[in-house]
Amino acid sequence: MANYSLKINGKTQELEVDGSTPMLWVLRDHLNLVGTKYGCGIAQCGACTIHLDGNAVRSCQLPVSAVGEQEITTIEGLSENGDHPVQKAWLEEDVYQCGYCQAGQIMSASALLNRNPNPSDSEIEDAMNGNICRCGTYTRIKKAIKTAVASDNAS
Amino acid sequence: MTLIKTSFNRRSFLKSTTLASGGMLLGFSWLASCKGKTEAELMQMPKEWFDINGFLKIGDNGIVTIMSPNPEIGQNVKTAMPMIVAEELDIAWKDVIVEQAPLNTDIFQRQLAGGSQSIRAGWQSLRMAGATARHMLIAAAAEAWQVPANEITTSNGVLTHEASGKSANYGEMASAASLMEIPEEVELKDPKDFHIISTDRKNVDGLKIVTGKPLFGLDQKEEGMLTAMIIHPPAFGYTFKSLDAESAKAMPGIKDIFPIEVYPEGVEKQWSDGGGIAKLVAVVGESTWQCMQAKKEVKVTWEKPDMLESTATYEEALTKLLDTPAKMPARKDGDFEKAFKGAAKVIERTYSAPFLSHNTMEPMNFFANVTADKAILKGPIQTPEFLEKTLASVLNMPVEKIDIMMTRMGGGFGRRLYGHFGVEAAVISKKVQAPIKLVYTREDDMTQGTYRPAYKVRFKAGLDNDNNLIAWYVKGVGTNDDLIFENRFPAGAVPNYLAEKEMLQTQITTGAWRAPRSNFIAGAEQAFMDEVAEMAGKDPIDFRLELFEKAIAEPVGDPKTNDYDPERFAGVLKLVKEKSNWSQNNTNKARGVSAYYCHNSYVAQVLELTMDRNKPKVDKVWCAVDCGIVINPISARNQIEGGIIDGIGHATYSQMTFDDGAPQQKNFDSYHLIRHQEAPKEIETFFVDNGIDPTGLGEPSLPPVIGALANAMYKATGKRFYNQPFILEKEVVG
Repeated sequence: MANYSLKINGKTQELEVDGSTPMLWVLRDHLNLVGTKYGCGIAQCGACTIHLDGNAVRSCQLPVSAVGEQEITTIEGLSENGDHPVQKAWLEEDVYQCGYCQAGQIMSASALLNRNPNPSDSEIEDAMNGNICRCGTYTRIKKAIKTAVASDNAS
Repeated sequence: MTLIKTSFNRRSFLKSTTLASGGMLLGFSWLASCKGKTEAELMQMPKEWFDINGFLKIGDNGIVTIMSPNPEIGQNVKTAMPMIVAEELDIAWKDVIVEQAPLNTDIFQRQLAGGSQSIRAGWQSLRMAGATARHMLIAAAAEAWQVPANEITTSNGVLTHEASGKSANYGEMASAASLMEIPEEVELKDPKDFHIISTDRKNVDGLKIVTGKPLFGLDQKEEGMLTAMIIHPPAFGYTFKSLDAESAKAMPGIKDIFPIEVYPEGVEKQWSDGGGIAKLVAVVGESTWQCMQAKKEVKVTWEKPDMLESTATYEEALTKLLDTPAKMPARKDGDFEKAFKGAAKVIERTYSAPFLSHNTMEPMNFFANVTADKAILKGPIQTPEFLEKTLASVLNMPVEKIDIMMTRMGGGFGRRLYGHFGVEAAVISKKVQAPIKLVYTREDDMTQGTYRPAYKVRFKAGLDNDNNLIAWYVKGVGTNDDLIFENRFPAGAVPNYLAEKEMLQTQITTGAWRAPRSNFIAGAEQAFMDEVAEMAGKDPIDFRLELFEKAIAEPVGDPKTNDYDPERFAGVLKLVKEKSNWSQNNTNKARGVSAYYCHNSYVAQVLELTMDRNKPKVDKVWCAVDCGIVINPISARNQIEGGIIDGIGHATYSQMTFDDGAPQQKNFDSYHLIRHQEAPKEIETFFVDNGIDPTGLGEPSLPPVIGALANAMYKATGKRFYNQPFILEKEVVG
């Protein structure tokens, strides 16, 4: 067990936990941030995607000891009122079915748009390929990402 | 306007409690739903609520809470079912708050997610719930204003008496309405007056989903709750022998590790207990990660049976079953053998499909808090009523003392029909005398499955000199399942028809997987139909339409035994033919067509693709659907799109194999689920507008698309695809 001071969603959080604990479980079990989902535990499904200094990473493969000073953003911290352009686009397109994978999809999509504000279809597919949606909402996810791009360009 | 007797569901309309004044009722679920609301939202909340019936309560300011009775697995009944109540209540949708109902068999009927039946089965009772409440509001206003009830109109939650100029919103009349007589019969709206049904309404949980609020079973947390995990046998057929957990028990955060009897001798099991394993090992600790680590340290000895089954075992046994004459036909019209022998052209083909895992994105889990006199369970379950029955037997507790609450589910696909994990959670909680949340790892989930059975099917067909289909034979075999729906198309359209079916008992647990049986037989049949049409030298759509004409004009056998309406079936084919511009296709892309009827709905699809490095790239799917009245089009299209992607994905890429009883795919590194790059670029859905009562939507688009895919792949490659998953076939891979 060791003490960690983590920057999560703009706040500093102190906790004592085993250093090998993946951020996924630190968030879910210790910090009560359950928006980040467990899907596979081996970085194959993307349900646990968070931002580490703005980049999409799989939190199930990120030990808390490796985080250090890097800033973490989870789905709960992506915006204050659910009004990030990607969240708004998801609401607009009514993307989800069961909804379980969508936090991870949104975190991957928002990280993509951070580094590439106007991605092509194949760039979207490549960036999103690590996120499985078992319900099969892929066509809507792609449409929502384009909606988010359009709303950003309009504003 | 339709008059309908309320009697068959009157229990739903009996108020559980009402105070003399009209009363205020604040239920558990209502208080829970206030959590997480913004200040602005809370400002709009009523000060008092009035229970009108089991489905709804009205606030003093006109806000209405509607209970969604059925489990939500992503089929979006949590939005659609309350829409139907709101329609008949005649309230504005913006004034509706939706809550998930707990299991309550006194109020609700068929609280089950399965068979695409929630809307179809709930249609009348949901309409009645809204209409009854509206009737009671009108009665209250008539009494208050001293005017005849039939002169009062409603619109968007406002009661109006035009002659006297009086009006009131529902909130003002709610108290008095809650004391009104429950009517013997109520008027239902004419569908042409619908203003909520058949309009796009966004998912009621949308904002919670995109902001990561706790919605799912795995998100549940209670004071003092521990985490539990199970260790199940490494292979089907093994049973528990002994446990050595001393070193694991000493690991940080671990509370206890012990064997559990999930289903002791003499317990009354339900069909929904499916593949629940009688004896397992439980690991209980403070956190998920600690339990995961301890699990690896536990040493369990398992009893090995004399014989273990592998994928090769099934391949051989199913083929043998296919080759052995069936004991008796499932259906026989005319004389198939004679017609086949005398046919001008004949064809015979065999198709196969592997076991599949459900792989819901949210692994199995359940919360349980079992004490001496109460059992509280909460989690993702498609069959809460059956879980309650099993729990009553296992815990030796009357059902009145068992409360089951349903969380939103991270997928179902049939897997959560089999609620052994709920029983496991209860048994563990009882043993440790604490609230626990049982969590399956992905590996637990994938390797203790209730799999889609492995299947094989053989078809034979014969044409006469004029290329008319005169003989059709189908024989289906499967593991613990017999595959064939003998009265479905083309039964009734072929003069000499023979259907046979057999099942093979296996150690591997199998069960319902989205569109059971249809999920394989449809694709195989529609691929075979394509070959028969080709042999006849006919366009595949025209060939099918000719058969429907025959089934309409001169049906074979008693038309009532034919499990489809040929006119509606032909209708979707004609619609997709027109919308896809089938006859004038002048692109160089390959196209395939398919049509199927299941879950009371008709679906026809045209699929267009190009092959890219031996993998199909689906450019577009046109889909025509006849499911009667569409409740919520934006979400109905989503179901269709999801079914299409699900079907394409599994038929192309997925399989579960076994070696000596052990599942060989344990996680998403070896089990290939369809991903973004492999998904169709575009899906366009067209609904038939016929005003018929609504039927299933969660499953019907999946089965046929596999046929459309196989037929388009043939057009692109010149090769037929008989064995799923398609891309593991030698000719494609090598």
